[in-house]
Amino acid sequence: MPQKIDNELVRHIAKLGRIELADEQVGTFGRQLSAILDYVGKLQELNTDGIEPMAHAVELRNVLADDSPGESLKPDQALANAPQRDGDFFAVPKVIDDSQ
Amino acid sequence: MSGITNLTACETASAIAAGKLSAVDVAKAYLAAIERLEPAICAYNEVFADRAMDQARQIDAAISRGESVGPLAGVPVALKDNICTDFGRTTCSSKILANFHSPYSACVAEKLLAAGAVILGKTNLDEFAMGSSTENSATRTTRNPWDTSRVPGGSSGGSAAAVSAGLAAAAMGSDTGGSIRQPAGLCGVVGLKPTYGRVSRYGLVAYGSSLDQIGPITRDAADCALLLRAIAGHDSRDSTSLPADVPDYLAELETPLKNLRIGLPKEFFGQALDSEIRSAIDKAVGTYKSLGATAVEVSLPHSRIDVGPGGQLSSYAVACYYIVATAEASSNLARYDGAHYGHRTAGPVKDIIDMYSKSRAEGFGDEVKRRIMLGTYVLSSGYYDAYYLKAMKVRRLIKNDFDEAFKSCDALICPTSPTTAFKLGEKTADPIQMYLADIYTISLNLAGLPGVSIPAGLSASGLPIGMQLVGPVLSEGTLLRAARMFEKTSGTCNLMAKMVQS
Repeated sequence: MPQKIDNELVRHIAKLGRIELADEQVGTFGRQLSAILDYVGKLQELNTDGIEPMAHAVELRNVLADDSPGESLKPDQALANAPQRDGDFFAVPKVIDDSQ
Repeated sequence: MSGITNLTACETASAIAAGKLSAVDVAKAYLAAIERLEPAICAYNEVFADRAMDQARQIDAAISRGESVGPLAGVPVALKDNICTDFGRTTCSSKILANFHSPYSACVAEKLLAAGAVILGKTNLDEFAMGSSTENSATRTTRNPWDTSRVPGGSSGGSAAAVSAGLAAAAMGSDTGGSIRQPAGLCGVVGLKPTYGRVSRYGLVAYGSSLDQIGPITRDAADCALLLRAIAGHDSRDSTSLPADVPDYLAELETPLKNLRIGLPKEFFGQALDSEIRSAIDKAVGTYKSLGATAVEVSLPHSRIDVGPGGQLSSYAVACYYIVATAEASSNLARYDGAHYGHRTAGPVKDIIDMYSKSRAEGFGDEVKRRIMLGTYVLSSGYYDAYYLKAMKVRRLIKNDFDEAFKSCDALICPTSPTTAFKLGEKTADPIQMYLADIYTISLNLAGLPGVSIPAGLSASGLPIGMQLVGPVLSEGTLLRAARMFEKTSGTCNLMAKMVQS
């Protein structure tokens, strides 16, 4: 199961995680990730048949909030840290390619 | 003036409330200490000098008008720079948040201010709290006040160094795998990770949401009780916050526990443990016995530490953590997209995905990138069951071991860290070596349990040795009383101040 993280897989993971990697970083990250995965592969030694997975440390269930309106951020507060804004909107590069 | 910065938070609060000291004199003494020592320690990302003086003046004015003031009135407190404040910046020691001004304050910041604490500044950390030495910071290198060629531990290294060096009376840290306890241990101060959900995470920048918890870093156990009482309690803005009453942790603090049963996890005292640390813990157990405690051996098989043929350490708990924590991190850190806040690339971009990828590449440091990629991988299609689901099952086994151990004891005693403070640069080249610095602390986060690191003495070379007390869910009161019993007998409270004065 422990898998060798080759350069192609490093590029794929980085793409999924939206992190651009320079070519010279790919090999280093690949070696480090392989070593870490090899290390965490130790868990395969343990028999976990019939064990219920534990997602949270102290389990609370069905935590509900009152359905009542409260204060929220004003548009200017919410936009105060925006790298680029356009009126009350966050401005980003064009998403849809309309050249075709 | 230096006498003021050697006082504990409890002593400072009492002196101000009794009119023996003014909040302004206290704030001035700390700001003077920061001016003198901060260039050598580099604990702070930002110091709020003017704001702290304004706050101190308001407290003095309230006292002179005879108004009642909070239990922390005039006590200078530092916040780890991943705790949001609606003043100053909240950077997480990351380039991606270098100019981020939070529009709101964290629950703990609100509670501290309401209790009268003077917020001195924001302290350095490993970027997004990912690290064990504070060397992963993008802002500065914090140094251990006991030996400035060594790390303060991490990720709350700035907070621990500030409290140790007298640059804050107390501080807040956050702990996902040991990030309060390990730096507290390495800097000779007290650091408590409360039960998961004891303290609201509202306004704590998320790393591993099922593991993260805020807690105090202080000079002694009494200060820890004082600060915990101020920040604990239910908060509807954090859905994982526990709806449990907050006891008065100070009320019975000075009353020694009768018939305390100490558990010693046999897996933590194997050949991996440094002999000086082992003898300090043995001596501490002897101290407890002299105070009427009994010690029993317990077993935590899934937190076992193995030593490989080349001396390399391994642990199921560390392996489990680096799947759970990185999976959660990869999801939490998806919010840094260069669109809503934080760094956006200045370079040309092809499309929005390219903008995200370049902004994140420029904004995140290598350790953060490693953890995002690892988390992305373990959650990706085809590997989820083998890694993430497996880790969640092992997490249950780790917790079950603790439940079993607490059937025969009230608290566990173990080391905080496998070594005393290591040299700057010693572990930066090998991520796994750095991860192993948390080998004794990490399983508590997985199990959600409270743990406190207290000083157990000094090594032959004069470096602090940390000892960890661990208890069942919501046993903070017992842990702090047990810590208090020890520190009063051993004289290890407010350790740095005693060294400075002697």
